[in-house]
Amino acid sequence: MDLLLDAVVTGVLLGCFYAAVSIGLSVSFGLLDVPHVAHPAFLVLASYGVYFLNDSYDIDPLVAGLLITPLLFVFGLIAYRIYYETFERRGSDAGVRGIAFFFGVAFIIEVLLILHFGVDQRSVTASYIGKSWRFGDMRIPLRLMVAFAVATGLTLLLSVYLSRTFMGRAIRAVAQDEEAVRLMGANPVRIKQWAFGIATAVLGIAGALLIIVAPVEPTLDRAYIGRTFCVVVMAGLGSMTGTLIAAIILGVSETIVLMTFGASWAPAISFALLLGILAVRPQGLLGRRS
Amino acid sequence: MKREGIAFWGTAVLFLVAVLAATQLIANEYPFFAGYVILQFIVLSVAWSILGGYAGYVNFGTSAFFGVGVYTAILLFKAAGAPLVVQIAAAAVVGALLGFAVGLLTLRMQGIFFSIATIALTIVIETSVTNWRFLGGAAGIQIQRPPVTAPFHSYVQMLVFVQALLVVIAVTIARYIQNSWIGRGLQALRDDELAAECTGVPTLRLKMVACVISGALMCAAGAPAAMYLQYADPASAFNLNYSVSVLAMALIGGTAHWIGPVIGAILLGVTQQLLAVTISSEVNVLVLGVMLVLFVVAAPEGIIGLFRKRRRAEGKT
Amino acid sequence: MTPGEPTELPLLRIGALTKRFGGFTALDNVSVDIKAGERFGLIGPNGSGKTTLINCISGAFRTEPSTVIFGGEDITRLPPHVRTRRGIARSFQIPRPFRSMTVIENLMVAADFTSATHLRLSADDHRDSAMAILSQMGLAAKADARVTGLSQVELRKMELARAMATRPKLLISDEAMAGLSGSEVDEVLDLLLKLAGESITIIMIEHIMQAVMRFSQRIMCLDAGKIIAIGQPSDVMANARVQEAYLGT
Repeated sequence: MDLLLDAVVTGVLLGCFYAAVSIGLSVSFGLLDVPHVAHPAFLVLASYGVYFLNDSYDIDPLVAGLLITPLLFVFGLIAYRIYYETFERRGSDAGVRGIAFFFGVAFIIEVLLILHFGVDQRSVTASYIGKSWRFGDMRIPLRLMVAFAVATGLTLLLSVYLSRTFMGRAIRAVAQDEEAVRLMGANPVRIKQWAFGIATAVLGIAGALLIIVAPVEPTLDRAYIGRTFCVVVMAGLGSMTGTLIAAIILGVSETIVLMTFGASWAPAISFALLLGILAVRPQGLLGRRS
Repeated sequence: MKREGIAFWGTAVLFLVAVLAATQLIANEYPFFAGYVILQFIVLSVAWSILGGYAGYVNFGTSAFFGVGVYTAILLFKAAGAPLVVQIAAAAVVGALLGFAVGLLTLRMQGIFFSIATIALTIVIETSVTNWRFLGGAAGIQIQRPPVTAPFHSYVQMLVFVQALLVVIAVTIARYIQNSWIGRGLQALRDDELAAECTGVPTLRLKMVACVISGALMCAAGAPAAMYLQYADPASAFNLNYSVSVLAMALIGGTAHWIGPVIGAILLGVTQQLLAVTISSEVNVLVLGVMLVLFVVAAPEGIIGLFRKRRRAEGKT
Repeated sequence: MTPGEPTELPLLRIGALTKRFGGFTALDNVSVDIKAGERFGLIGPNGSGKTTLINCISGAFRTEPSTVIFGGEDITRLPPHVRTRRGIARSFQIPRPFRSMTVIENLMVAADFTSATHLRLSADDHRDSAMAILSQMGLAAKADARVTGLSQVELRKMELARAMATRPKLLISDEAMAGLSGSEVDEVLDLLLKLAGESITIIMIEHIMQAVMRFSQRIMCLDAGKIIAIGQPSDVMANARVQEAYLGT
């Protein structure tokens, strides 16, 4: 019983971390319909950026994450502009090519990371990594607590941004009815570009969390395609609250399976859940699409 | 039409004769090792294009089908000592069934969901195979080749001829589909699935047909790989690199015509062999990724698209 | 109905059709019979459910437990492509051509999949009949042109031509005239009247009132998913509720 409680608690913490890592995709894919299979690759890229700053300049990983956030924002703006000009404009075949484009980009990022950093795992050092806290009979790694706190904060921040600020509501509006937004005099492309920029900027902190929680290596994005898309689809495209709930479900499921069946089944969990959701309830838990 | 048919069959027969002659005349095994890989990719790309190109459903599960082909061959060989022909035939059947199951599960999904679902399937299948002791688990399994049959002198040379046969089979099937009402229906549903459905095209049925045929061929292409490498492990057999390579080959070659994937596979296959030997296998993947992105952005209809544009510019309609 | 009159089976019968999307009711208890050979107009303000009704008839939307009966047979469970083969054809409000094909290839898809003898007729026969339809529509000159080069009115006509190539008994034209110039509207209207003259039942959805009045034998007006008027064109147009629906309160 204790083991189960342990697993559930770890699972919830892990789940919140998955939420932070997926929330950008909730915006770029969930709201903007961009087939962004390179999202996990961007995430890993960000975490290597954090590694670089931590390794070379001794900067705390979370601070490093904040530092690269503006860079990532600009990167996102440019990436969306390229995507839009090449694919969204052109009609029929765009879907196939858009997906292929992002797969290609993901692979390029992977290989560039291998060439520059090598295939070995990299990790960061910080005061909260390596220690554990005691809660009654449980020992919880401090880094998971940090990840939990930051992730929850990030998710709430983004959720508030989308619902309370003017720009955030504009983004939601564009996601629902682009034509209407255009008729109201706003430029939907600019809004979407801004949204994609934010979705990418978020990866600064998310990337920091990634390398805090566990070491990274260049092909880690493959493991996270399943997790991030599972979370976003389970959530119901575009729902921030749903992202958190779905991520926690995933986190708990993974931890329990890990405990029961061992690590060799772990990679399949997110994908199996994803397939299940797509088959049974494709609009997700809190979906908005009809 | 008739002339094109004669040209096609003539080329196919010549091709097979040439490969057979090469196995008898060339003693050095290296060209056959490289040739096998390229021929294998031709089969995979042509097979992929039946669903991915004609119907427009970007199947990212090539690695899954390939891996299943490899392990089906291993299973039959270990359990029953089955000969190569039976291994390939069985792999084709398993591939067809898997294609049917995948189609049933995923073809109702649009665009990216279908693609992600196919990745999901790959990982789930890979994980399952990794946990199957009889097939060697994560560590992999070694195979001992049976003695080679006449008129071949080396097993690899025989495998090359077998793959050459598979190439002819795959291309024949793709060509038939392309020129038939199946191909036209797939093209219509690729352009606009709803309009196709309302014009009388049984879209789900056609997509299933494409998925089953594509799956069978991809699995069949994977079966001889077990004997080729004499070793298999899940991480290599189900490596996502197969999915990306085949995707790139088909899209770069162009998917409107069956010859597109052939061109793409030869071009990229040769490049890969050269790069892997001369520089490194990482640069190999980098070049693949860069070429994929470049073509998808700048030449969406692939190499055959570029040819068609030039012909149109020169005044032919 | 007076005794002694032969009762004719309606070509299309829709019974108590209610269609909801989440909490939104797009169609509310819509029942209508459409007679064979009829010229039927369907009007209503934007969002009143006209296209939803068309989607239900063509099979793009499911309608259970309400039923759709066509030619005396229950087609409720049939997917769109089977309904097309049974004789229901539709055009789309925003044309949806097959962009990678030429005009005539678009029609040949229809011929491939809806002519009962598609396996026995040669490609040439299909092409001939497709050309005949294009000539009728005034598009013969554009037969081998790529779809991407067509003008708006040509696209609309091709949309109708492709629907006609499925040899329908019922043709549904969804706002084929929207956004066209005066003479273009007349072109399309004359086309539809010609088709009606060939005993094809036609449901026309339009906002251009003169066209609807000229074309229809009966008109049905929807508002917020409900039928608010159905009958003779002049009666429907004079109906106060119809005028209110269009002009607002």
